[in-house]
Amino acid sequence: MSLFWQTLICGLLLGGVYALIAIGMTLIMGVMKIINLAHGALVMIGMYITYVCFHYWGIDPYIAIFISMPALFFLGCLIQKYSINVLIGKESILPENQVLLTVGIMLVLTETMRLIFGSDYKSVHTSYTGTSFFIGDVSVSIPMAISFVIAMVFTYALHIFLTKTDIGRSIRATAQDKEAAILMGVNTNKITIVTFGLGSALAAAGGTLLVPIYYLFPDIGHAFVAKSFIITILGGMGSTMGALFGGLTLGIAESFGATYISMELKDVVGFVIFIIVLLFLPGGFKSLTKR
Amino acid sequence: MLKKFWFLSIIIVIAIILPLIVQSSYYRHIFILILIWGALGVAWNLLGGYTGQVSFGHAAFFGVGAYGAGLLAFHLHISPWWGMIVGPVAAVIVSIPIGLICFRLRGPYFALAMLAVGEICRLVFTQWVSLTNGAMGILTLTTFSSKLPYYYIGLAILSFSVYTVYRLMNSRAGYYFVSIREDQDAAESLGIPTTKYKMYSLIPSAFFSGLAGAFYMNYMNYIEPSVVFSLPDVSIMIILVVILGGVATLWGPVVGAIIFVVLSELLRSSLGPAHLLVFGVIVCLVIMYMPNGIMGEVDRIKKLLQRKGARIGSEIT
Repeated sequence: MSLFWQTLICGLLLGGVYALIAIGMTLIMGVMKIINLAHGALVMIGMYITYVCFHYWGIDPYIAIFISMPALFFLGCLIQKYSINVLIGKESILPENQVLLTVGIMLVLTETMRLIFGSDYKSVHTSYTGTSFFIGDVSVSIPMAISFVIAMVFTYALHIFLTKTDIGRSIRATAQDKEAAILMGVNTNKITIVTFGLGSALAAAGGTLLVPIYYLFPDIGHAFVAKSFIITILGGMGSTMGALFGGLTLGIAESFGATYISMELKDVVGFVIFIIVLLFLPGGFKSLTKR
Repeated sequence: MLKKFWFLSIIIVIAIILPLIVQSSYYRHIFILILIWGALGVAWNLLGGYTGQVSFGHAAFFGVGAYGAGLLAFHLHISPWWGMIVGPVAAVIVSIPIGLICFRLRGPYFALAMLAVGEICRLVFTQWVSLTNGAMGILTLTTFSSKLPYYYIGLAILSFSVYTVYRLMNSRAGYYFVSIREDQDAAESLGIPTTKYKMYSLIPSAFFSGLAGAFYMNYMNYIEPSVVFSLPDVSIMIILVVILGGVATLWGPVVGAIIFVVLSELLRSSLGPAHLLVFGVIVCLVIMYMPNGIMGEVDRIKKLLQRKGARIGSEIT
């Protein structure tokens, strides 16, 4: 039985960080109606910023979050303003042009990092890496627990931001109905830029939180872009709460897959859930609460 | 029409005599890579460009084609050239259930479901060691020491795929494909069985991807799951190649393949690992400023050049 609880706790803790990354993606998806395939690359950049902070300046990864988030917010704004917004209103054969552009951006970001840091695996070794505490006979890794708590705090803060502040309300209005938002005097152009920045900052936060428990290399983004859209589809597009539950579900499912099926096939579990949800519950968890 | 005919004849003649003039086996290798990428691009373009079903998982068909050829040699010890028949057929067989499931989804959802399919294939082929030899891959012996036979086989594959797409797009089915891309609901209301025609578009697309994969296996003599099922290096590269050359144009994928292969070879020797970065930047710029790719904007480019030429001409006189 303790194996069961151990698996559950591990999955839950990792799922919290996945959720934070996915919320960034679902925010962008909700407002711009595009799938941001560069999201994983943004996570990766957040991780590298943290790595640099730790390795060269000795800044603790959990403090480096205050460097990586603003940096990625700025980068996200630039990407949205000077590349994705350029495409709005342009005629093209394929409607998915903006999505394809994010693929190009992903390639550029990944290769830039590869050029600077090389392809080899890196990791950050802090004093608390590998330490753990016990609840009953279940061991809980301390960095994972800290990351989980910080991820939940950020999720809650974002929820407050979206429901209580003016900009947050404008973001939600733009996501609901862009034309109506324009008529109500919302500067949707500015809102898309802020949203992309915010989504990137959340990706960076997720990346930073993963640094103490994970390793990093330039191609790591592919894994996270796959995970975050699985979560986004699982939770329902544009839904913050859905993404939270989707993230926890995916974390737990992967963890159980790794324990009870096979370590190597844990990623297949995620994809199979993804296709099943796409087919039988296309609206995700969000559609369950509406009924 | 006559002009077009001459133009095509010249291209074919050049394609046939080019490797005879260029003796270096390195340059011939580059030509063969262009042919493989061209065939893959043409295959993707049929489904993604003409029918509008953007797929992020074409590596699944490419890989199944390659493994179809490789496994024959690995388990039955017969020539992997039989795989040129078995590979594409296997890709078609795999594509049918995939299509039946994924065509229930539209637009970006379809793209992502295909991405998941591609990744599932990669993981399964990596883990199923007893069948596929896992990450160790499959190694076969080289058939020809010269690159020349490979070149002509590749050229035949590319011509076959271009010709098939040309015939398809000039038939009734071709118009159905385009109507599905432009407006699926309108197409359905006019009585076009959209799911059926999407399948008709997927099957040749999977066939040619599988054929390119089987040829890749025979040419390279070595495959492993992380190479042939790669998401960034196959699935996404195909899309970028087609976008660069021109979506929904007959020759766009070929042009894209030429630019992609030549550019990456040129830059690989001069810039080293930065060649993908430069390629990524070019793709971004093309999507932003020439959203229909090079062949798609050929008229605009021509006009621009003519205007510039006229201006220069007027300045001189």
